[in-house]
Amino acid sequence: MRASRVGAIVLRQGYLISHSVSRIVPLFAWVVVDVVLWGLITRYLNTFTGSGYNFVPALLGAVLLWDFLTRVMQGVTMAFFEDVWARNFLNVFATPIRISEYVGGLVVSSVATSAVGLVVMVAVATVVFALPFTTYGMFLGPFLGVLFLFGIALGIVGISIVLRLGPAAEWFIWPLPAILSPFASVFYPVSALPGWMRVIARLLPPSYVFEGMRGIVLRQGAPTAPLLWGTALAVLYVGLACLLFVRVHRYAVRTGLIGRYSAETVS
Amino acid sequence: MRPAVLDVRDLRKAYGRTVAVDGVSFEVHQGEILGLLGPNGAGKTTTINMVLGVLAPDAGTIGIEGLDLAARRSDAIERTNFAAVYAPLPGNLTVEQNLRIFGMLYGVAGLKERIGELLATYDLERFRRTRCGVLSSGEQTRVSLAKAMLNRPRLLLLDEPTASLDPATAREVRARIREAAARGTGGVLWTSHNMYEVAEVCDRVLFLSKGRILLAGDPKALPGEHGKANLEELFITVAREPLTLEEGAA
Repeated sequence: MRASRVGAIVLRQGYLISHSVSRIVPLFAWVVVDVVLWGLITRYLNTFTGSGYNFVPALLGAVLLWDFLTRVMQGVTMAFFEDVWARNFLNVFATPIRISEYVGGLVVSSVATSAVGLVVMVAVATVVFALPFTTYGMFLGPFLGVLFLFGIALGIVGISIVLRLGPAAEWFIWPLPAILSPFASVFYPVSALPGWMRVIARLLPPSYVFEGMRGIVLRQGAPTAPLLWGTALAVLYVGLACLLFVRVHRYAVRTGLIGRYSAETVS
Repeated sequence: MRPAVLDVRDLRKAYGRTVAVDGVSFEVHQGEILGLLGPNGAGKTTTINMVLGVLAPDAGTIGIEGLDLAARRSDAIERTNFAAVYAPLPGNLTVEQNLRIFGMLYGVAGLKERIGELLATYDLERFRRTRCGVLSSGEQTRVSLAKAMLNRPRLLLLDEPTASLDPATAREVRARIREAAARGTGGVLWTSHNMYEVAEVCDRVLFLSKGRILLAGDPKALPGEHGKANLEELFITVAREPLTLEEGAA
């Protein structure tokens, strides 16, 4: 892997974002809206609890972490969509860049853009709603790590779908986190799900994060084993997502889709 | 004869039942400009896309400076570059930004100085910080050509490179590409529908028809060999009556 080629993809994204309000604002606008909305809801809910249960770290923390995963996924897909919108596939894929370098560039771009969203989210949640991050202790880093890996996997699956089905398929990608969130047990325990949904939940790394997070808030002990499962699953999905992209790229090269991408199909 | 920078052997590509390229073999040598001619749909762009590694052949091999494209794509493509009228650079980046990004992708050493040289060569200095999308089509073509020269390619692929240029600029561009080829370090594969240009620029031409090489030879001598007054007449015959030439060749 050559760093300059990875850097070229990241630099391109940097140029585009730094000169475009319409690309800068979405990095943090929706997460601020989510944090404010759920911050107010949790405050309101806290007024009804006599047991001293604090909804802020459970619900607002969950919203924040889920938004982080969504930002990571969109960081990958947005960088890819820039090539779709600019009809730049032929130029990019006719260079010596390897698929690992291209995907690596998208991932590094996502690290940068999702970090912006995370910093803004944490700042608003801490300053305005006093979200006590210390509650999660040393597990905050692993929580973010698992969600980051799964966000990357989702992003790579998303760009594989768009490369295979054409530009209009981007509308399949935006709702992906919303579709997965009921199964990921963001706001409720896995035990609250019906049996068939629990099976899917156990296959999703975020469900281990949110179960672990609620366990810490309820002082049920350190979620070491669930986090290890979540990490292993997330690493597995990143690998599978990369394999999927490689296969779709091979299909695109075999059929001529890259040269005629605007046609959406070569059949 | 100088060594080949491009060696294409028995190349074949079909889209479903439509055979776009059918057993094509040719070489491009150092210092040579080879014209790939033919009517629309003859298989020129399909051939170029296969040489660029963005389209996999069904059969045949492509060697770039002795490197098998199928086995060592990245190393082989690092020696190439291309400009095509249908592949403009992203319009939402400036000329300089585009050249920097593609220079990094091609691993160009001394990139800042190289960009400066190319901006001067292609008269683009005043557009350095202008977004490509607001340039005229001719200016965008010059940017694409500057990008194609970034890595001093050993194999330059040009698909109708002067299609959007005014005659004066087209002549300058042709002269620069000829100069680059004359230095002898690289070869050029050039497609064009402008037969005057082809006759002026190309050392050798291949006429493609229905995915096969119908004729090959010196663009100045070839029309006379087939009883035609000039290359344009020969082109029209290839497009409309290829069988008469096939019979003649047989």
